[in-house]
Formats: sequence, structure tokens, C-alpha cells
Amino acid sequence: MSKSAAAIDRAKAAGRKALIAYLPAGYPDKQASIDAAIAVARNGADIIEIGIPYSDPVMDGSVIQAATTQALANGFHVSDVFDIVAAITAETDAAVMVMTYWNPVMRVGVDEFSRRLAEAGGAGLITPDLIPDEAAEWFAASDKYGLDRVFLVAPSSTPERVAMTVEATRGFVYAVSIMGVTGARTSVSSAAEAVVAAAHNAGAERACVGLGVSRPEHVREIAAYADGVIVGTALVAALRDGGVPAVGALAKELSTGFDAPTAAGSTTEAAQ
Amino acid sequence: MELMADMPAASSQDPADMVDPATAFLQGGAPADPGVEHSLRHAPGPYFGSYGGRWMPESLIAALDELEETFEKAKVDPEFLAEIADLNKNYSGRPSLLTEAKRFSEHAGGARVFLKREDLNHTGSHKINNVLGQALLAKRMGKTRIIAETGAGQHGVASATAAALLGLECVVYMGAEDCRRQALNVARMQLLGATVVPVTNGSQTLKDAINDALRDWVANVENTHYLLGTAAGAHPFPAMVRFFHEVIGEEARGQIIDQIGRLPDAVCACIGGGSNAIGLFHGFLDDASVKIYGFEAGGDGVDTGRHAATITLGRPGVLHGARSYLMQDDDGQTIESHSISAGLDYPGVGPEHAYLNDIGRVSYEPITDAEAMDAFKLLCRTEGIIPAIESSHALAGALKVGRRLTEGESTPSDKVIIVNLSGRGDKDVETAADWFGMLDEDGNVNGTMLSTRSAKGAARNAGAEDADINAEDASNE
Ligand SMILES: Cc1ncc(COP(=O)(O)O)c(C=O)c1O
Repeated sequence: MSKSAAAIDRAKAAGRKALIAYLPAGYPDKQASIDAAIAVARNGADIIEIGIPYSDPVMDGSVIQAATTQALANGFHVSDVFDIVAAITAETDAAVMVMTYWNPVMRVGVDEFSRRLAEAGGAGLITPDLIPDEAAEWFAASDKYGLDRVFLVAPSSTPERVAMTVEATRGFVYAVSIMGVTGARTSVSSAAEAVVAAAHNAGAERACVGLGVSRPEHVREIAAYADGVIVGTALVAALRDGGVPAVGALAKELSTGFDAPTAAGSTTEAAQ
Repeated sequence: MELMADMPAASSQDPADMVDPATAFLQGGAPADPGVEHSLRHAPGPYFGSYGGRWMPESLIAALDELEETFEKAKVDPEFLAEIADLNKNYSGRPSLLTEAKRFSEHAGGARVFLKREDLNHTGSHKINNVLGQALLAKRMGKTRIIAETGAGQHGVASATAAALLGLECVVYMGAEDCRRQALNVARMQLLGATVVPVTNGSQTLKDAINDALRDWVANVENTHYLLGTAAGAHPFPAMVRFFHEVIGEEARGQIIDQIGRLPDAVCACIGGGSNAIGLFHGFLDDASVKIYGFEAGGDGVDTGRHAATITLGRPGVLHGARSYLMQDDDGQTIESHSISAGLDYPGVGPEHAYLNDIGRVSYEPITDAEAMDAFKLLCRTEGIIPAIESSHALAGALKVGRRLTEGESTPSDKVIIVNLSGRGDKDVETAADWFGMLDEDGNVNGTMLSTRSAKGAARNAGAEDADINAEDASNE
């Protein structure tokens, strides 16, 4: 029933892990954000994460903030996200999730937002500032419309909170790799593996790692222990600097991280 | 009653049959005052009706839990309470005075107006009550670094002060635009040893400074406490910040009973995030005879779209960790607020105020920039006190409340109002000078530069101002 779980399982059946790509809705404009998502899906992404630009994105670093600020300045409206999701699902097999801070969802109405997302073919929501403790309305709506609810677990989460969050989650658990905000980093924190292990131990069937992932060697490293790899900032920077072709090329390059390690040397060189 | 050993007796109630407030807090907000069936005092959070909660990234939940646990232990720890009481008395200068504003009262329909003098606290505002409490908690948690947001710089200066006093590293986030406008406060914080980080994200205002402070906190939570400056944010901040400001209301209640032998008819405070207000209000929440008023920043006027009247015009939403009233557009994007007062220029408000509004216990009304500045001038000229522009909103509100309360009364002086004078206006001198046309086109105070043209302007202007006030006085005498 879970679209994102099915996408992760398809990747697994193909002998690799899932590549999950974040792109902001409406950046640099509505059509280009659709084209970028389609390019990424055709170049190896199993799940697309469409971020709703928000005025106060406290979990985002400067690259994503700059992109979403520009999208808002260009006239992005929350209702555009449903068109964007529908356009991507029409063109690709990728599961399309929406990543959003909670206030825009509350403003539309949790039930109404969920109904429209399901209608557009969306898989569910990733909610960086909504914890299961506050999610009663979202539980009801996601059950009603069959949507995935992806909550985050962090290096600071206690075992009790990991267990509670895993229990509340449908689709996959988003394992935050470090204590920090989004942004490309040169290496992946060693905390990530422990967070994934904690989620698996608490019964999570699928745990994917995000924050700071930007290179094929990061992908390879994470693929060794997690069920999926989430890339955001690096893709947004590629879209910013080289447009749709560049973002497609980066997705392709990142997915080489799932290839047999023998190919690693040359790919890594090329990426740098 | 709770914090101050040397507080004047606040009421005639026998202390023996009072439930200890700290105990009441731990019991989930059981009525703290005997004879009051549904006490509104000491609401423990996380929820105030449907408001409050924790709308926060999971990464910060452990830190919020640690803070909550530390706070709950501290507030029933006699040693901690004694530390606070000692700092309040011997560092901040508490209890702050309750001053009757006799000449100002004449403009409030003749109602007697008393000023709770938080402006006399060390660092010049109520903010010190909260920063000392939280900085002590930071030390208890073994944190070595505090971070804070600031708009005009008042909370930043207070935080830098507490950090210097207690030997903590201090980083203050401040909108780049505010840094330019409040350069003197930036220097003040730096003199106190703090690092000021100009925030260039988003709208470069207070809300963006909070966003950047939260981003810092996520990354450095191991050794860092986020010293939030108002009674907003995720649980336990609203209840905790209120706790440290409750001393305002406790003192005021005791002082007014001492001075006039009874409770006031009304209490007034300005609302930014709501910390000075909730501190004062808390002392009177269970006194049904006392009307309570919160005054929001009406900016250019609530119908202009340029204001910060969050409760008056906002809609419920979540921002910075709490569900409360929020200035937002139809997409749920935060709308930029506007106010002449940097300390009230915030598009959110603490969740307990949202609740007190909905149940009708407190009335929230907007005060425009112009109304606030008129009250500012009036207090300067009638009482010899330069108030903070934030507090001037409460003063302007009190003038209205006074006129309303005394309408048709044969002895208007039977009506008594307490206003929270939350801060002094030294920081606002430049804004006020600009507002009242006291500056020349180069930003110099008229008459201070050797230019005949400026000097003439100054003379004309000052004369006109005096004539104004004297005429008003005369008509009221
Ligand atoms: C003097 C003064 N009063 C009031 C406020 C508003 O804050 P709050 O509503 O939290 O009391 C500020 C904030 O900077 C202030 O400096």
C-alpha cells in the first residue's frame, strides 16, 4: 500500500538501494521544477521529494533557503505543489513525496491538503517540524487517504522516541545523519549508521539517510547499512548552476554509488 | 509570594492553606489559590487550550526534554530559588518600584495610574528576570554557551549581561537591518563580551534571527542553551519564561495592596511575544474583579496591513515551535510585521495569550505607532520618565482604559490602573527624535550642529512641543 516503501523495495529487488532526490517546488520556476524532477527520476532516483517553499525553514541551510526564497519571490503558491506532483507522477514511475514544514499544511487544512495530495498521485509527506506527538490530525488524514507519513529520527533521539517514531511512520524512517541543517558536507557523519541501526532495531523495515549527502562515495558508504540515500542540497546547487541537464547528470552520477565497488575509484575522481 | 523572601504580603490569605505553586505545577496545574475553582495561574503547558505544544524538529526534542526536566527540578529546589531571589535583589535591583503617575493620570480620565517600574531593573527592562533564570538553568545543565535572538537589542544585551555574570560564552543573532539601526546596542553586547551575528536570511528581522538561532541550536545543542527572549516557542519555554517573570505580577499585587489597600480595577501591558505581559497578568489572573488588557503593536493602523497586531488580526498556526495566533497569508507563509517598536515587531505571540484571548479573560487591542508616540511624549513631560516605545503602547492603552473606566463616574480617582513600564527609553531616543522631527536631514539633532538653519528649526520645534503639552495640561487642570 505504501508507494514509497514499494519504490524502496523495487530498488532492493534490483540489487541496490533507493536514491531519494529532494528538489524545491517552483524553483527556479514551476515548469523547470517539474522538468528537473522528471530528469532526476529518469536518471536513477526512485523517490522524488518535492519541498514546499516556506518563509521560515529552520531545518534548511543556505543553499536550499536561497532557492526556496527565490521560488516564493517568483510567485510560488502552495496549491502549485499539487500540479507539480501530478505532472511528475504522470511522466515517471518514481514515488513522489512532499516535504513540508507544517504551517502551510495547517493553513490549507490537514484533511483538505491530504485529499488533494492523494488526488495528485502523491505518496505522502515528509514533515521536518512535525513530531508524532503533535500529529493526531495527520494520522487520521494519512490513514483516510492512504498516504505515507515519514517522520525524522535524529542522533539525539532517545531509544523511546525512536521506537515511538518508527511505530508512527509509514513508508520509511528519515534518519538525520548529523545534528544540523541541510547542506552539502565533505563527509557523512558516523552518527548516521547508529541512527539507522537504532531505527532498524526498533522495527523499522526501511530507514533512509539524509543531510549532508552530496557525492557518489557518500552514497556508497550509506548504501552499506541503510535502505536508501537522500540527496538535497547538491542537487539544488546543480540545478542552480547548470539547470535541468546538470541536475539529471548529477543524479546519474550519484546512482553510480550503488555500483560494484570496483568502479568506485574512477567515478569518485570524476565527481571531484 | 514564591520567589521573594522579602516581598510585601500580597494578600490577606493565610499562607498555611495555600497550595505551594511549585507543587501545583507538578500536579498539572491544580488550582494554586484556595477559593478559586479553576485557577488560571501556573498553567504548566505544554498546552494552553489548543495552543502551545512542540512543533519542532525531532533533533531538538531531547534538548527540550532536558530543559523541561532541569526546570521542573530547579523550580522546587530551594537552592535555585534562593539563587534567583538573590540575583533579583542584589543584581537586578528588585523589587522594582510601583510609582503613582499623578500628572499622567489626569490624561487617563482621572483614573489613578500606577507604573510597575521594570525600567529600573539592571539593563533597563524586564528582560533581565528571564535571562538570569535561564542562564542559571544553562549552568545546571552543564552548558557552556548560550545563544539568543534579538530585535532592537534589549534581549541581546540582557543575555550578554547574564553570560558575562555567569561566565558563559554568548552569541546573539540579530537581523542585519536591526544591526545597522541599533549599532549602539551591538557595541554594548560586544563590550559585554558577546559575539553578534548579523542575520541576512529571509526578511532579516527578528523572526529570521530566531530561525538562525534555532539552526545554531540544532548543530550545537550538546554545549549550547538557546536563551529565548519571550514567552513563546516550544514547550517548556512559554511556561518557563512566564515563571521567571511572575515576580512582576507578584510584586505589583503586593505593592498596590500596600499603597491603596485593595486590588486595581485594571492592569495593562504591551505584547510583543508576551513575556512582560504574562509576568504582570499572572499576579491577577484569578482576581475576577481585575480587568486585564494586552496592547499589541498596531503600526500604521490595523487596516493598513502594516502592523504587528497578531491576536487582533492573526489566525492560528505554528511558528517557532508553538501553535498560537500568527500573522500569515492564505498559504501559511509568515507575513512580515511592522511597528515603530522593534521589541513588538514580531508576527507571532506566546500561546498562553492566545488561550487567554479565546476564553475572554484578557482583552487584546491594537495601539498605533502614533498613539504610542503620543503616550511616550506625555509620560516624558508629565512624569520625567522616558519610557521604552514598547511600554508606550501599554501607556497609550491605559489612557484609553482610564477614560473608559471613568466615564460617567463622579469620583474618577476611585478607578485604579497598573501599567507595566517594561523598559526605559534610552535605546529609543534616536527613533523618538526622528519621529518628533528633532533631526536635520543629516540625522543630527537640531541645534547641535553649527548651522543656523538647523538651530532655528530646533528652537521652533522645541517651543512648539512645550506649548502643546502645556496646553494639554492646562485643559486638564
Ligand atoms: C522594553 C520592552 N518591552 C516589551 C518588549 C516586548 O517583549 P515581550 O512581549 O516579550 O515582553 C520588549 C522586547 O524587546 C522590550 O524591550
